[in-house]
Amino acid sequence: MLAHAIFFYIFSLIAIVSAIMVTVSKNTVHSVFFLILDFISISCLFIMIGAEFLGMIMLIIYVGAVAVLFLFVVMMLNVAQQKNQWFSARESSKHLPVGLIISTIIFFELIIVIGGWKYKPDLVSSMSLNIDSSISNTHAIGYVLYTDYIHIFQLSGMILLVAMIGAIVLTFRKRSGVKKQSYFSQISREKTDGVELIDVPSNQGVKSDD
Amino acid sequence: MFLAIKGLSLMIDVGLGHYLTLGAIIFTIGIVGIFLNRKNIIVILMSIELILLAVNINLVAFSIFLNDITGQIFTLFILTVAAAEAAIGLAIIVVYYRNSSSIDVEKINSLKG
Repeated sequence: MLAHAIFFYIFSLIAIVSAIMVTVSKNTVHSVFFLILDFISISCLFIMIGAEFLGMIMLIIYVGAVAVLFLFVVMMLNVAQQKNQWFSARESSKHLPVGLIISTIIFFELIIVIGGWKYKPDLVSSMSLNIDSSISNTHAIGYVLYTDYIHIFQLSGMILLVAMIGAIVLTFRKRSGVKKQSYFSQISREKTDGVELIDVPSNQGVKSDD
Repeated sequence: MFLAIKGLSLMIDVGLGHYLTLGAIIFTIGIVGIFLNRKNIIVILMSIELILLAVNINLVAFSIFLNDITGQIFTLFILTVAAAEAAIGLAIIVVYYRNSSSIDVEKINSLKG
């Protein structure tokens, strides 16, 4: 119990500090690195609490795909040196007090919800899908995911398909002035398209560039 | 003395409230990040990822402590939506940067009219 508490506090402290560093870091690349640290510590918490499958999936998806995508875009767009000067910009001071007030209110609302939830003990009895402790976490998820939630599972596949097509359509562009091979037009070229027979008058010549 | 021992045992006995508090803190940091950041739109996307992460923490904590697998299933779907959102958002940022060669938040006001 004590070791569990110590590990929980270590991981959550790292997660909170790195989440703060994501928002206040001056360099965008450093922000992405702290985001990766945040994901890793939260996935350690997931593994520690008993949701091993989600912890590993989070490592693969967030650290392996999303954070690398962020890093790729940051480095490709060359905004790493664009300083994140939220405390010195003039326009930010206009939004900063309101934002801080709203965030504080949201935080205290969440804390009040957490505190008030403890006094409602009959919530537990309404649960249906209990976790079978004799099988592993991945088994338990697999039993439910492909039976009870199969439609939502396929719908999430559709979401990924739409996101993939959308990203391709958004970033695809046809450049003008780039020479490409077009086999059909090359093969179907006739003699009359390419060669022109001209009667050349004597002593006058031919203009070739029109 | 008694209060100190009680507080210590409350600290050591990590329960649902601890995880929910962690989620609340990270959620608030994400919202502060959106408000605070007036310079770089990629950091705003990262703050949105932080908010989704906080929601995931809440769902997994409830799922474990209430002994119900549904929370973890929905965490999987939130993960899917977060990945799709990051891909689309970054694609929009790339297109915008290609057109206007800047992703400064204060300069993105062409929809203002």
